[in-house]
Amino acid sequence: MNFLQFMMANRQQVLDLTLEHITLAGVATLFAALVGIPLGILITRVPQLSKPVLGGANIIQTIPSLALFGFLLPAPWIGERAGRLAILALALYALLPLIRNTYAGIRSVDPAVVDAGRAMGLTDRQLLFQVELPLASGVIVAGVRIATVVSIGLATIAAAIGAGGLGEFIFRGLAMVNNQVILAGAVPAALLALFADFVLGRLERRLGSLHSKS
Amino acid sequence: MTAPPSHASTLEVPAIEFDHASFRLNGRALLHDLVLSVKQGETLVLLGRSGSGKTTTLKLINRLLLPTSGQVRVNGQVTAEWDPIRLRRSIGYVIQDGGLFPHFTVERNIALVPRIENWPRERVEARVRELLATVGLNADLASRYPSQLSGGQRQRVGVARALAADPPILILDEPFGALDPITRSEMQKEFRTLQQRMRKAVIFVTHDLREALLLGDRIALMEEGRLIVDLPVAELSRSQDPLVRAYVEAFSALPNS
Repeated sequence: MNFLQFMMANRQQVLDLTLEHITLAGVATLFAALVGIPLGILITRVPQLSKPVLGGANIIQTIPSLALFGFLLPAPWIGERAGRLAILALALYALLPLIRNTYAGIRSVDPAVVDAGRAMGLTDRQLLFQVELPLASGVIVAGVRIATVVSIGLATIAAAIGAGGLGEFIFRGLAMVNNQVILAGAVPAALLALFADFVLGRLERRLGSLHSKS
Repeated sequence: MTAPPSHASTLEVPAIEFDHASFRLNGRALLHDLVLSVKQGETLVLLGRSGSGKTTTLKLINRLLLPTSGQVRVNGQVTAEWDPIRLRRSIGYVIQDGGLFPHFTVERNIALVPRIENWPRERVEARVRELLATVGLNADLASRYPSQLSGGQRQRVGVARALAADPPILILDEPFGALDPITRSEMQKEFRTLQQRMRKAVIFVTHDLREALLLGDRIALMEEGRLIVDLPVAELSRSQDPLVRAYVEAFSALPNS
C-alpha cells in the first residue's frame, strides 16, 4: 500500500486529525497573540520591563518542546485535559516572536513622525492606535506568521501527551516502523504550515506597503 | 497716588515668554538661562548652528520638555501648569519634511487636530479645502499619500496641518531646510505673505541668515545653548557682536546678495 492509497483509505481520520491540529495551533496562537501583543506594547511604554519580559520569553523558547509538555503534565488544573495542556505549551512557545515583533515594530516607527504626533497634541493612546500600531502592523503580522508556523510544527508533538492532532500518525508510524503512516501525519502538517505562511505573508506585504503607497 | 495700569499693558502679555529658563540633560546644559519673549503678531527667528539649543528651545514651548530651572510661559501661564495636550493643540508645529503621517492621506494629515478635537465632519472638510487653498495646493491632492508628493508639496501640507485648528502660536523647526533653492525661496515668500495676514506669534528656527532676514521681525542668535543677541532685523548689520559679524560677513561673501 503506498502513501496516497493509505491517505484515501483513512481519509476520514486524516481529516479529523487535521481539524484537531488546526484547532490546537490556531487557539494557541490566538492566546499567545492576546498576551504577547499587549506585552510587546507594554515594554515599549515601560522600558525597564523590556529585558525581563524578552529574556523570560527567550528562556521558554530554549526548553526542549517534549520536555515542556512533560513538565506541564503533572499540573493538576490542566493535567486531566491533554488538549488544554497542549494549547498552553504551544502558546508559551509562540509568545517570543509576538512580543519581540510588536516591540521591534513600534520601536522602528520613525521618531520624527512620533514626535510630530506628540507635538500636535495626540494623547498616548491616540499615538498608539492611530500612528504606532498601524505603522508597526506589517512587522507585527510577521510575528504572527512566525508564531503560527512554529505552532503548527510543534503541535505534532502534542500527540505525545495524548492531545491528538496529526502527530498521532507520526507517533503511530514510528511505533509501527511504517513510513506511510508517518507521512500521513507529516505531509498534511507541512502543507498546513506552508499555507498559513503564504496567507499571512501576503497580509504582511499588504500592511507593509501601507505607508509607501505609490 | 500711583497711575492705574494702562489698558495696553494688560493686553500685552507675551504669547511666549522664557523667564531665565535652563535645560540640563545628564549634567550638560543644553540651554542656559534663556530670557526671550514673543508677542502676538510677531515673528522671531532663532538663528544658530546645529546644537546651539534652537530645537530644545522649541520643545520647551510645547512642553515636550520642561525647563530644569526658570520658567516658560505661554499666554501668561507657566507651561508646567498647562495640560500638555491642550497646550500642544494650541500651538502649530512644523518640522523639516513635514513630519507627516505616512499612512494618512493629505486630507487626514491636515484634519488631524480638528478630528481629535471632534469637529463636525462638514466643518473639518470645509477647513481642509480652505487650508489646501491657503498653502497653494490643488484640491485633487487631498486623497494622495505623503510618499506621492514632492518635497515642496509635503512641506505645504505640513504647514496646513499646523494651521488646521487656527492656533494662536506657530513654531517651525527648519521647515524649509530640505527643499531645493527655488522651492525654498517660493515657500519663504508665501510664508511671509501668510504671516502678514494671520498675525500669529511665530518662532522660526533656521541656520540660514538670508531666510532669517526675509521672515523675521527680530532675530535671536544662539550659540552653545546661550542667547547671544536678540535684535530687530534692521539692527543686525550694525551690531558689533563678533558672532553676529561672522554671520553677516559669511552672508555678504555670497555672490549677488
